[in-house]
Amino acid sequence: MAIISVSDRKLSVNVLDEAAVRRLHTATLDVIESVGVRFPSERALAILAAHGATVDAATQIARIPGAVVEQALAQAPPTYTLAARDPALALPLDGRHSYLGTDGCGVEVLDAFTGERRRSTLQDVSDAARVADALDAIAFHWVPVSAQDCPPESRSLHELLATWRVSGKHVQTESIVTEREARAAVDMAAALVGGRAALRAEPVLSIMQCTLSPLGHDGGSLEAGLVAAEAGLPVGYMTMTSCASTGPATLAGSLIVGNAEVISALVLLQLAYPGCPVYYAAAQTAMDLRTGAYTGGGPEDYLFGAATNALADFYRVPLSMGAFATGAKEPGWQSGVDGAFSAFMAAATGADMLLGAGLLNGSRLLSYEALVMDAELWSLVRAVCGGISVDDEALALDAIRAVGPGGNFLAHKHTRRHMRSLWLPTLMDRRPYGAWEAQRDGAREWARAKAQSLLRDHRPAPLEARLDDELSALIAACEAEAVTA
Amino acid sequence: MPTDPDQLLLQMTASIVDGEPEDAERLAREALTLGLDPLDALNRGFVPGLDDVGRRFGTGELFLPDLVRAGAAMKLASQILEAELLRRGAVRRSAGVVVLGTVKGDIHDIGKNLVGTLLTANGFTVHDLGVDVPYETFAHKAVDVQADLVGVSALLTTTMVGQAKVIEALDKAGLRTRVKVLVGGAPVTREWAGQIGADGYSEDAGGAVVVAKQLLAGVAV
Repeated sequence: MAIISVSDRKLSVNVLDEAAVRRLHTATLDVIESVGVRFPSERALAILAAHGATVDAATQIARIPGAVVEQALAQAPPTYTLAARDPALALPLDGRHSYLGTDGCGVEVLDAFTGERRRSTLQDVSDAARVADALDAIAFHWVPVSAQDCPPESRSLHELLATWRVSGKHVQTESIVTEREARAAVDMAAALVGGRAALRAEPVLSIMQCTLSPLGHDGGSLEAGLVAAEAGLPVGYMTMTSCASTGPATLAGSLIVGNAEVISALVLLQLAYPGCPVYYAAAQTAMDLRTGAYTGGGPEDYLFGAATNALADFYRVPLSMGAFATGAKEPGWQSGVDGAFSAFMAAATGADMLLGAGLLNGSRLLSYEALVMDAELWSLVRAVCGGISVDDEALALDAIRAVGPGGNFLAHKHTRRHMRSLWLPTLMDRRPYGAWEAQRDGAREWARAKAQSLLRDHRPAPLEARLDDELSALIAACEAEAVTA
Repeated sequence: MPTDPDQLLLQMTASIVDGEPEDAERLAREALTLGLDPLDALNRGFVPGLDDVGRRFGTGELFLPDLVRAGAAMKLASQILEAELLRRGAVRRSAGVVVLGTVKGDIHDIGKNLVGTLLTANGFTVHDLGVDVPYETFAHKAVDVQADLVGVSALLTTTMVGQAKVIEALDKAGLRTRVKVLVGGAPVTREWAGQIGADGYSEDAGGAVVVAKQLLAGVAV
């Protein structure tokens, strides 16, 4: 198995020039220093205060001097590798690759066989991870839906184990949001790779936390992030500012609010554990003006994807960028447009990680059809980002001379050499009309068939029984701790 | 300063339609200074503005921020006029008493605040308990204020289960027969609402007002 990534892209999109990025940065420092960011965690506030931040204990707002922010961010490593249980599937975050992961964290599933919409369970987490494991376009896992049949206090760990049981790809969780669960997850990841030192060298797990816009964090997320950072797991903080509700109506304003949230959290981690691997994460959007909903999708998303990458590049940290977000209720025109534009803009600017394939209805509904369709979209984006080569072989002058006016290139050797690098769809319909008329099927049916076949037949090798027992025991211990807490 | 009461009523309406809380506040005070009946000022001055905004929001001409600004203006005007009504021993009939909060373990509040604003603007009396609210607190408050409706918000899949616990707490307090429960939040679905025995559910704040009105009118939703 190989992973389909966008590598060494041949084109670029610039939505913010250097001066614009610098203005956003300066404005962000101003906000962090004068307005401040809420850190509802005594541990976090103590770390920030010890490094020169002004902390208001009553409001839990920290105002961090700009110089402290800049010095701390400079400690963050610009490149590192996301390890995988299967070493061949490791993902170098080296600025030359863009990888696609699944989306998260939904609460409902469209059943792959019956089409029925229902609440998600642990079995769905496992099934979705199995399909994602089989898709070359998916480089790493997010937990796409919540295992709502598991106890809330250990749900994230059951989700993690269910994913590891069926896939050797890197896992990035967005649902480990307490210190207790983070400690258990670190222990589980260490057990998987043979200890803490091995885990530091081979982080098979990375952790994503959400900020609380505007200008706030969640206490549990901060403390979970600190635990993961101490263990050397890559940690990112994701802003989800929504223009006109949790952020200003202007894109620049929302970028500043989100940037202040993200970099203030990364600063906290760098102050606590200088040099620890961190990443920028974002999934900003514009509120739906009529309902206030955060569904994702639309031109603001696409621009945010490109602009956020400019910010992450400026801070020299990898980016995990929300893409494919859509308010569509079923796979189709809307989800295709949203997926294509957002994935293109993020990939064309060099986002290291893109989230996420497979969810509809504002990242709440998992659709296997959408997952397979998003994977095909990714291969399309990859082809576009490959650009146009103009070396002697690509100029094809010998072939042009040989064929001359009239004739065709079908049988020419040059065609045979290069035709397989042309993009070939598996879900786009290019059949004759009559062929379609006889079947009246298309992308959705083909995507569903593929998902069904993977669900039936893709059976990855299980974890070694002893290891599986060990991981289960760590979850049980964490559950016991939650009861006595 | 206009002294023509009709002129003043028109300005009151405009202050809501334009979503100008400072104007609404000033006009409410002027009405009292000029000796206008507070109930008249509300019903003939400010409420028509809110009705107009609601109608134009319904047709898609106005947006949610328009509605929220109008709600904020309405709130300031009503506070002033209702205080005067109370002083005179009169009470404006409330559309219903609502206890609202984000459940324990969860500190997201924008959706809950939006529901509170729109309910207030629509004549409900709203008691907002804030965020991270213990299950029993909803029940205690519902007893204290004789609530008609309890609204429980949850934005996390892990705190959603708290909505069921609030319903249990209301049950234990013997309130379940006379207090309606409305649930909402991004991960919450109609099916979940049904499963935990909530009376109402809405995907957005505008819908929550409609459902609240239907529930209190005894309409099954």
